Amino acid sequence: MAALNKSADAFEFKLPSVSWFSRYGNIVALVILILFNLLFTPNFATWQTLNINLTQVSTILIVAIGMTVVIGSGGIDLSVGSLMAIAGAIAPLIFLNNIVQLPNIYVGVALAFTIPVLLAGLFGLFNGWLITRYKVQPIVATLILFIAGRGIAQSFTDSNQVIFTTPEFQFIGLGRLFGIPVQVIIMCVIVATAVWSVGRTIFGKHLLAVGGNEAAARLAGIQVDRIKRRVYFISGICSGIAGLIVIARNSAADSNLVGLGVELDAIAAVAVGGTLLTGGRANVLGTLMGALIIQLVRFTLLANGVPDAAALVVKAGLIVLAVWLQRRVSA
Amino acid sequence: MSTVLRFMRGQGVLVALLLLILFGAWRYDNFLGSFNILSFLRYNSMFAFIAFGMCFVIMTGGIDLSVGSTAAMSSVIAAYLSPHGLLPSLMAGAGAGLAVGMLNGILLTRLNILPFIVTLASMLAASGTGLLIAGNKSIGVSYESGFTEIGQGDIFGFPIPAWIVVFVFLFGSITLNFLPFGRNVLAIGGGEDAARLMGLPVDRVKFTVYSLSGLMAGLAGVQLAAQFGAGQPTEGVGWELFAIASVVVGGTLLSGGVGSVGASLSGVLLLGLVFNILNFENGMGLVSLRAHWQSILRGAFLLIVVIVQSRLALRARQRMQSS
Repeated sequence: MAALNKSADAFEFKLPSVSWFSRYGNIVALVILILFNLLFTPNFATWQTLNINLTQVSTILIVAIGMTVVIGSGGIDLSVGSLMAIAGAIAPLIFLNNIVQLPNIYVGVALAFTIPVLLAGLFGLFNGWLITRYKVQPIVATLILFIAGRGIAQSFTDSNQVIFTTPEFQFIGLGRLFGIPVQVIIMCVIVATAVWSVGRTIFGKHLLAVGGNEAAARLAGIQVDRIKRRVYFISGICSGIAGLIVIARNSAADSNLVGLGVELDAIAAVAVGGTLLTGGRANVLGTLMGALIIQLVRFTLLANGVPDAAALVVKAGLIVLAVWLQRRVSA
Repeated sequence: MSTVLRFMRGQGVLVALLLLILFGAWRYDNFLGSFNILSFLRYNSMFAFIAFGMCFVIMTGGIDLSVGSTAAMSSVIAAYLSPHGLLPSLMAGAGAGLAVGMLNGILLTRLNILPFIVTLASMLAASGTGLLIAGNKSIGVSYESGFTEIGQGDIFGFPIPAWIVVFVFLFGSITLNFLPFGRNVLAIGGGEDAARLMGLPVDRVKFTVYSLSGLMAGLAGVQLAAQFGAGQPTEGVGWELFAIASVVVGGTLLSGGVGSVGASLSGVLLLGLVFNILNFENGMGLVSLRAHWQSILRGAFLLIVVIVQSRLALRARQRMQSS
């Protein structure tokens, strides 16, 4: 019995030290990147540079937060980009009064914020339903909407790009509060909510238990299926919000392009951030770091005249290096 | 029991394929005309190559996300070398794919990183390399050197790419069913730790499988350049997921350990046929189904297959328990 207690203590002692180190490594990388830019990149230490980087990273990060939760539960969500396109395709139809005539623009905008996001959440729930009801592997289940979702989005707009100028709606993509872009504020709120709910709520504990050892979680009386469905719902909601921000920023909803390839960017951010793809851990702040590092590397290269294509190669090396280092740490 | 299940998985997609062909033949003139069949086979050969490599990767329980951008990169390299004749450009294009595959294999086995991450990274790297070589534009091929023959030519009235597909799949089917390598692949997919404990060369098999997948992506890239007359660095987006879908429709389980090369080919043909039939439907002029219906229908197919598979697996498990 004493031996059992001792090993349990050792286990609890080990976990935070590992996560501290991987978080620490990312902070070092970020500091080095910032120092490099301060020295070599002209006009780096400006409000504008900060805003550009934060707005560029905001949609990827919002999706990546949902992805972190999904991966923490031991799953993966490939459908996020398509769900972004679906939310982005429906919103303009609502506030442009293409579906029903609404009394005024504010009602329209309010509905355009809620309905598409909820719909994306419901599609996420569909993923969760396939995974829990039919025991389909997450990668296959979400592949279905990855393929079909973009087509569904295009069928709403009949494959056409919808262009609009609606400042009441677009403030989520173009507006500012106290000089900070609204999308960055939304991003921060989502990050804070995720940090709180993963670290401080029962849902968070159950989530990590499911990701760590599903059979054990089931035996411990956790409602595994409900947790899983909720996780994909959350990922859908995050994708929906990101989709709205993208179309607001572009003043156009193009279902062919909204969210294209974002699933891989989000997974990359999660992986660099130190969340293992095998589940059982969800390092939300790590994902924030991962997304910022990837963004800052790209910015650094572009600002110093390296072509975008070469930046892709560097990003590839970065992902492998980061994951490899984390493996060494945890081994 | 498992053989019956495997049989049903393999035959299910074949039955669906035949039904779709019958539907097409009944509804459209020229559907079974030689022009349609031959151009269908020619175009889908690219996807067949990629699905072939992916099938082996998935049977080991892995995944290869890099195939689409590797094909794009190979198409650029093949197009660049096309003035020097068929052989150099074919070798370089296929070789570049092989190199990416080998790199994947080395990173996977030596650094012990998940296939998903490694191939996600090499996907970005291959895409970036292709864009760098091509300078962000497509590269026209030389028509004088005879390079395009490998994509556009015929032997005995049958497209050359389709011949290659037939040989590759015959070879793959024999390897999987009769050679030790095939058994090793399935054993690793069934349980990697167990395979390692039995003394199977797990790392070497994995390395070979990812190299093969890269090589196949390279061949698909050469086809892309030869058939469309240009190396296209921005092509291949989403091919990896299309290939995965084809393999899954063919009944190969993503968890590894079970699979059929021929059924994966049927999966490619089935998903390709959806596009072909859509074109014919539009050609009748009664309705105009826009291109996005293609992806919705493909998604629906995948959904049905996945649910049927899950039911079959459940029933088999129940029957096994009761007997």
